[in-house]
Amino acid sequence: MFYRETGQFKTSYAADDAIFPIRQDFLGFGIIMLIAFVGIPLVSNEYYFVAILVPFLISGLAALGLNILTGYAGQLSLGAAAFMSVGAFSAWNFITRLPEIPFVISFILSGLAAAAVGVFFGIPSLRIKGFYLAVATLAAQFFIEWIFTHVGWFYNYDPSGSISTPPLTLFGFELTSPISRYYTTLTIVSVLALLAKNMMRCSIGRDFMAVRDMDIAAEVIGIPMLKTKLLAFAISSFYLGIAGALWAFTYLGNVEPAAFDISMSLRILFMIIVGGVGTILGSFIGAAFILLLPIFLNISAHALLGDLVSQQFLVVAELMVFGGLIIFFLIIEPQGMARLWQIVKEKIRMWPFPY
Amino acid sequence: MAEVEVATAASPTGKVRQIGDTILEVEDITLSFGGLVAVNDVSFNVREHEIFSIIGPNGAGKSSMLNVINGVYHPQKGQITFNGKTRKHMKAHHSAAEGIARTFQNIALFKGMTVLDNVMTGRNKMMKSNFLTQALYWGKGRNEEITHRRKVEDVIDFLQIQAIRKTPVGRLPYGLQKRVELARALAAEPKLLLLDEPMAGMNVEEKEDMCRFVLDINDEFGTTIILIEHDMGVVMDLSDRVVVLNYGVKIADGTPYDVCNNQAVIDAYLGVTE
Repeated sequence: MFYRETGQFKTSYAADDAIFPIRQDFLGFGIIMLIAFVGIPLVSNEYYFVAILVPFLISGLAALGLNILTGYAGQLSLGAAAFMSVGAFSAWNFITRLPEIPFVISFILSGLAAAAVGVFFGIPSLRIKGFYLAVATLAAQFFIEWIFTHVGWFYNYDPSGSISTPPLTLFGFELTSPISRYYTTLTIVSVLALLAKNMMRCSIGRDFMAVRDMDIAAEVIGIPMLKTKLLAFAISSFYLGIAGALWAFTYLGNVEPAAFDISMSLRILFMIIVGGVGTILGSFIGAAFILLLPIFLNISAHALLGDLVSQQFLVVAELMVFGGLIIFFLIIEPQGMARLWQIVKEKIRMWPFPY
Repeated sequence: MAEVEVATAASPTGKVRQIGDTILEVEDITLSFGGLVAVNDVSFNVREHEIFSIIGPNGAGKSSMLNVINGVYHPQKGQITFNGKTRKHMKAHHSAAEGIARTFQNIALFKGMTVLDNVMTGRNKMMKSNFLTQALYWGKGRNEEITHRRKVEDVIDFLQIQAIRKTPVGRLPYGLQKRVELARALAAEPKLLLLDEPMAGMNVEEKEDMCRFVLDINDEFGTTIILIEHDMGVVMDLSDRVVVLNYGVKIADGTPYDVCNNQAVIDAYLGVTE
């Protein structure tokens, strides 16, 4: 088979520590990126950009943010959407109140704002763990949602509570066409995913995983608990904040608290559980699964059964199939679909031998 | 090298290394959990480059004593002097910074990580680059990763776990997990290494391997070792000195020979008939 690492010798630790130590993985990833940056824009139409690709990429980024906190550092959080809304609202305020600074800087600033809020709500994690911490982060979810519906300054005293976003501009160009929104999102998401991958394979990532797997041993080894947990909250919230800003600016086109409610938080949590806890790839697979599968089911159900049964039946049937598939995948691989992919790769590597 | 080590193991008194001055001084430590006194007014000292054993029947307070030394538990009374610094209360990660590393009685590895990552984590406290250079994997963040990887590979070679370096530790058998835990502690280049029953649950061969590693560590790196072990043969062969605890009270200390022949120790282990 083509997937073999035979003959790829490494002569330095730097080569062995590379993100893709196996050449075929590197090539495969290169092809995917090429498709994303060149192939898709050539064949896709506006509907796919706006309705599928952009929300998929942003959800992937949000899932990645939560994965850093929950998957890598082991701190269960139900407040992901709240940190996204902090990012969205602060991006709106930075961009409309300080229009002279480039939007990239504004996005970074809003990520930092979300990080600060995340650190504040992460303080309880020093004393409580697991489900109890999840409840504490739930408080963040409700509190932040309340702030953005009741403190007028944040939404510019708009009576509807939903404010439309100004277009993003870069070097004088307005990024309003579907394809430019797609490119903006894709670039930001790719860069942030790469940075996350790097952090997670360096000492920060090991600190996080050590805290997740065995916190007493981590402390005895010399990992400061306070700093590590708060850093996990900060980095995770930064990612979620940027995802929230993108969600508002390149997907929805408006900022409203209702877009970042508890069901959004739960959806992001499902993405990382289905995709794979503690993997970068899993965040994106999970986002694809949770976001794209219902659309796919909808299209295929209409194509196959559209004339035979009633609309109401189709809606319910789609939900049932969707739920069934989630359970099915979790039963065959509780560690998520990223793990499934890894197992498939191991099998191909050994093929045709069983081990 | 193997023959030399076998010879040393056979006659521990014939070692060439020099035992230095006192490196760890434990004074009047009392530790209680509510009404239960786990350690009661125990004092002893450990000298540099020494292999020092703590023995005693189950529940004697041996593991609690280790937890006090590296700051997991905070004693109600007494103080500890390590490397010239006296302290009463210390956080666990501070003691790691001072150069105390340990292994646990029940394996405390990071199950989701590979062997290499586990051992690398042992050196995390020495990695000072900030998260931005790590995120960019550039400059200091990257260089640090590679220099520490080289050090970690030395430890991996030393403990002969090269073949499993990329395996997740959860998949390894028990004996190897114990060895990986030792590697993780050793990667921190400790001055003082606390081993809590490193040979529990092992067969004779695995025990022999582990004994050889303990002696090698002591010989090659000059690491001071405090050992808790139930296998008396191992304790008597490896240790320079032994302290015996029973119900949290120190009942004897001295050379293995002295302790073996101490009536209070024999009574504690075998019971006393009226």
